Amino acid sequence: MKQTVKALLTTFGVLASALGVGVGTTPAHAQAKTITLCWAAWDPANALVELSKDFTAKTGVGMKFEFVPWTNYADRFLNELNSHGSLCDLIIGDSQWIGGAAENGQYVKLNDFFTKEGISMDDYMPATVVGYSEWPKNSPNYWALPAMGDAVGWTYRKDWFARPEIQADFKAKYGRDLAVPKTLDELRDIAKFFQGREIDGKKVYGASIYTERGSEGITMGVSNYLYDYGFQYQDPKKPYSMDGFVNSPGAVKGLEAYKELYKCCTPPGASNSYMSEGLDAFKSGQVALQMNFFAFFPGLYKDPNVGGDKIGFFSNPAGPATQATQLGGQGISVVSYSKNQAEALQYIKWFSGGDVQKKWWALGGYSCAKSVLNDPGFPNSAPFAGEFLKSMGMVVDFWAEPSYAQLLQAEQKRVHDYVVADKGTAQEALDGLVKDWKSIFKEEGKKF
Amino acid sequence: MNDLSTSSQITYRAVPIRPGAIRRIRGLSDQALAWLFITPTIVLLLAINIFPLVWTIYLSFTNYRANRPNAPTLWLGTDWYQSILTDPDIWAAMQVTAHFVVWTVLIETVLGFGLAFLIDKKFRGHGLWTTIILLPMMLSPAVVGNFWTFLYQPQIGLFNYVVAFFTGRGASSFQMLGDVTLSPWAIVIVDAWMWTPYVMLICLAGLRSIPDYIYEAAEVDRASNWRQFWSITLPMALPFIMLAVLFRGIENFKMFDMVNLLTGGGPGSTTEVASITLKRAAFESWRTGYSSAFAIILFVTVFGLANIYVKALNRVKSR
Repeated sequence: MKQTVKALLTTFGVLASALGVGVGTTPAHAQAKTITLCWAAWDPANALVELSKDFTAKTGVGMKFEFVPWTNYADRFLNELNSHGSLCDLIIGDSQWIGGAAENGQYVKLNDFFTKEGISMDDYMPATVVGYSEWPKNSPNYWALPAMGDAVGWTYRKDWFARPEIQADFKAKYGRDLAVPKTLDELRDIAKFFQGREIDGKKVYGASIYTERGSEGITMGVSNYLYDYGFQYQDPKKPYSMDGFVNSPGAVKGLEAYKELYKCCTPPGASNSYMSEGLDAFKSGQVALQMNFFAFFPGLYKDPNVGGDKIGFFSNPAGPATQATQLGGQGISVVSYSKNQAEALQYIKWFSGGDVQKKWWALGGYSCAKSVLNDPGFPNSAPFAGEFLKSMGMVVDFWAEPSYAQLLQAEQKRVHDYVVADKGTAQEALDGLVKDWKSIFKEEGKKF
Repeated sequence: MNDLSTSSQITYRAVPIRPGAIRRIRGLSDQALAWLFITPTIVLLLAINIFPLVWTIYLSFTNYRANRPNAPTLWLGTDWYQSILTDPDIWAAMQVTAHFVVWTVLIETVLGFGLAFLIDKKFRGHGLWTTIILLPMMLSPAVVGNFWTFLYQPQIGLFNYVVAFFTGRGASSFQMLGDVTLSPWAIVIVDAWMWTPYVMLICLAGLRSIPDYIYEAAEVDRASNWRQFWSITLPMALPFIMLAVLFRGIENFKMFDMVNLLTGGGPGSTTEVASITLKRAAFESWRTGYSSAFAIILFVTVFGLANIYVKALNRVKSR
């Protein structure tokens, strides 16, 4: 019996050695602590992994990453926060979450920390501070450091636009040069022009736009039309008063224009399309134009098939009322249930550093720091940098209220019903949306 | 080597357990022993089934939200029930669910019984065919959902090409998942494809349970094949068919995964079945009280319908 036990222990020892497991010992280069950062699984997240190696080298604090695909991102991490989970020490949470996360005590308030460490919000682009850090909006209450600036923009097939025969054809049809659209009407014309055209023996289509129903897709897409046609979330003088703003005559026309673009100029089967479907459509050479977040543009520029000289970028064109675009992006927050808050705050302090922000941009992340964005060389630092800068100057964000998810679902349903499922009119869709939103705010105890 | 002749000589003698023998085990009575064995099961049942149900019923009368645990919980009485039962969106979701359940169960029952009837006839390779037919139901709904999403793709999907071949329409001229008229049928087709084999298996068990001598007697009486089918096969297999209808009906009433993968409830709300509405309310809007009330309404609906159905099933079986 003794021999059997001895043999078992020996076997276990050999196995442990073979696997490099030190039983009862600490490896020589062990890190003091490891913190976990939670975010979406996409290109910028890979850049952050690369960047964070410097943090570990400098502080000895190890980094673990929990990246979840966009389709499950909100479900996964809002569940985590709502169940008071301590998986994430740091979270790069969506801009709309900040109201709920602040009011429910899920994020650590960072004002005192910022003051102590000399981190000033004046050093960041105003739109990103309002969008990613503040709750209530436009008040100096900070729950995150602006981390990943983002907005909706457009890509186009520069190589197709440059072809003489296509240019001539376009001019003959529309009486102007085929060029980057300055207005949404011009964009529609270009999309119509390419729809069903044959290029290099392959049938191509006009534009890939957001139409996804399940999460937030169609809302993030249609906003780029609604804002430009005069939609506003509320009366600027009377908060939560929405009649005549959400369903203004301009907003109705904006919604109709988005439906027109969907019906005339998208590839077959694009009734539930969001970020990844747009990328697929563009990368596979199906579409001339693509609506998507700037965060994907570095990756697209590097794409061997449609990147480099073949691709061009532009910000959301102007509408009859104004020129605006949908804000994307996120701030980085410390989770209040984290057991490693000191190290997480240490990371935020390190991340706010000027050199780190420069490297973040260089690696493919979108810095929100003025030191990076206001650098005279920034607009030429990448083919999409200038358009990104322009976009960040005209972004509008969805409600960041604690009830944002309900507000979002109501818009998803109303807009998808009208645009994709041909149910009712644009006026009815927006009137219905006002009704839904009023009922949600009423349930929240808001006065309007 | 064992000598079989030797082993066959071994005789076994039953040793009767004397009364009170169990009682002597560590001084425990029979009843105490019984409780000792049954208690873990009861505790598990209470913790996993009964407590969540009672808790859900309680939450359905409150304004509780899982994402705001610190907010005061107010007692709302039957407010949620009233608002759900008068909400046209909820009734629309119930209609979508009913459409889905009725058509899938009908198609699966007809096809499943038909396949079982064919497979029941002994022919060369019937075992192989049975295995092939059973394959779809062995796949995970996630795989099936993704697989059919590709098949339905208007530009590269095989489904459109097959339809185009038989109808002469352009392959990308219609969208199964993006069209308000076609998308509910797209889901019905996938569910029928996946679960018809399941109905077939149950019906096959029913057909195989019919004794041969009944058919032999019918042959002697010169009953036609149709008469045999109508008077013997169908009535005797009916309890099994009804069982399959019950199982598929309950399953499809709470269908979520396949619909979520194929259409996400769209286009618009055309395929938004009740479970998708419930998921959105519970885990996207975090309206825990509201969604609890909706879950209870769905539970009562399924439970009530299933009970009525089981009574009918028992009546058929007792005939």
